[in-house]
Amino acid sequence: MKILLMGNPNVGKSVIFSRLTGTNVIASNYPGTTVEFMKGTMKFREEKVEVLDVPGVYSLEPTSKAEEVAVKMLEEGNMVINVVDSTHLERNLYLTLQLLERKIPVIVVLNLWDEAKHKGIEIDKEKLEKILGVPVVSTVAIAGEGINELVLRLEEAKPGNLKLSEEERWKKIGEIVSQVQRVYHRHHTFSEVLGEASVKPLTGIPIALGVMFLTFTIIRFVGENLISYVFDPLFEFYTPIVIIFSHFLGSGFIHDILIGQLINGEIDYFQSMGLITTGIYVPFAAVLPYVFAFYLVLGFLEDSGYLPRLAVLVDNVMHKLGLHGSAIVSMLLGLGCNVPGALSTRVLETKRQRFIAATLMAIAVPCMAQTAIILGLVGMHGAFGLGIVFITLFIVWLTLGLILNKIMGGESPEIFMEIPPYRIPYWGALLKKLWIRIRSFLVEAVPFVLLGVFIVNILYALGIIQFLGEITAPIVTGLLGLPKEAVVALVIGFLRKDVAVGMLLPLGLTMKQAVVASVVLAMYFPCIATFTVLVKELGILGMTKSALIMVALALFVGTILNLIL
Amino acid sequence: MGEFQTLAGMVVGKEGTIKKIEGGYGLQRRLACLGLRVGKTIRKVASEPLRGPIVVEVDGGHIAIGRGVAEKVWVEVK
Repeated sequence: MKILLMGNPNVGKSVIFSRLTGTNVIASNYPGTTVEFMKGTMKFREEKVEVLDVPGVYSLEPTSKAEEVAVKMLEEGNMVINVVDSTHLERNLYLTLQLLERKIPVIVVLNLWDEAKHKGIEIDKEKLEKILGVPVVSTVAIAGEGINELVLRLEEAKPGNLKLSEEERWKKIGEIVSQVQRVYHRHHTFSEVLGEASVKPLTGIPIALGVMFLTFTIIRFVGENLISYVFDPLFEFYTPIVIIFSHFLGSGFIHDILIGQLINGEIDYFQSMGLITTGIYVPFAAVLPYVFAFYLVLGFLEDSGYLPRLAVLVDNVMHKLGLHGSAIVSMLLGLGCNVPGALSTRVLETKRQRFIAATLMAIAVPCMAQTAIILGLVGMHGAFGLGIVFITLFIVWLTLGLILNKIMGGESPEIFMEIPPYRIPYWGALLKKLWIRIRSFLVEAVPFVLLGVFIVNILYALGIIQFLGEITAPIVTGLLGLPKEAVVALVIGFLRKDVAVGMLLPLGLTMKQAVVASVVLAMYFPCIATFTVLVKELGILGMTKSALIMVALALFVGTILNLIL
Repeated sequence: MGEFQTLAGMVVGKEGTIKKIEGGYGLQRRLACLGLRVGKTIRKVASEPLRGPIVVEVDGGHIAIGRGVAEKVWVEVK
């Protein structure tokens, strides 16, 4: 049995989902599409049933990918929990009426009941229940209020028997609203004033800059402290065990693969390049803290309702790049990991937009893993070098977008969206999302880091790195001004960018070389995980085009940096 | 009788009633699902520079629409 949670976007569906289901929750893609939804289980009639969090939609007319999926999922479901935003009863009822025209049992949940009260909106739910002919319960999902009643009354869900034309539907909605809803006058709240201030350009742009500054300050603060006070101390327990193991293995091939090279007789987690030294330290102690910090802040930005406001503010700039404001979300996700960033480009309407967004993200948005190591590699030369790296990437992002928008024919559709009010995020839903993201980082990253480290060792042992170094010397040394050994980083960069940047550490690069290497590594090609997703998203041809742009531009920008710095 | 203006042309902060929406059935429904229908009272909240989007308040909530669409929504300004 499948229970579907359906409703407009931003009605608190995910919070209800979080409340109904336990910890065993997975995010998956609807088969054959790229639309993501959450799946969990709950107990109903002494049975374990599936609960699906269907993407938010305004109607059942399939006009977008998300709506198509919602309609398809509706055909496979056995019951619908229709989550309604009590503060916007009128427009939410459109979907409700359409659901009641289907042959599926429905129960209506008036969520955000407290927010409606604050806004001076009163809804007579008994009367609404009578008119709709299906159970209606009110909830404040964030506080857990009404969830028990919802579960108890699931039994009573039943199909509606409406048959309405478009015009009749709006007429009926008008009648219902006038019968069940009263709105009292009240004053604007602080959060509404702040909400408006953050979309008005004069106040909104300074607020946006402040939020971004705060975001990165928090990420750095949390990341650095996790490393100094949690992960490095943990590795102090781990190191003696590895040293004993190293003595036990003695020297030889197995030792080189597992432990790697001892630097001055000791283990150096960045330079040793062994599976259980660098291979474990990089993903857990160097990258995970930043990934954790990043997703913590991002989840807060998402659930508080700030991102749509940012999307509105940057829409005009994004439009010049052939995108619209919502694409900023893909870029922000890409800063965490390019894989979810690439996946999120699916919500963009046209193929052209998806190509531009995916290419810009893959080429100029460094993921958190990469950023974490760049902070180490370039950061040791001071903040100036870091500034050059990120400003260069930003200029590339902007310029390439402008050019792609000019040379690729076609229109870019306009922004069209609701801006939800600011809300204090529900920590349960925040933690659940954080956990899902951390889990997928670990599952995706750790094997590739290990594989990367393994391949480096094999390539060295077989002399392939040295050979590649010789044949690419004109480019790597000539154009980019890097030592020959840096070529190995470019090879490994295809597997994992963090390991690749880490491999540059022992080379003792100058600031200029570190900047050039970081920029080129960020741009020249996506890592294998992103590459796989992009091939699926853009097709082989689209990806080939995208990849050619990346390689050419990386060499061009790298050479220029080498010349002018 | 107030003055007729499009959402794009209206002054920020002004209120008005939607009188007419140009455009096809699809656009009409998309707007309706966000609360923008003929007869509704709206308030223009913000207008982004460089031909950016327009933000309007309707039913106590905020909606962002592109300037092209905003030029198709005619409002009798109070």
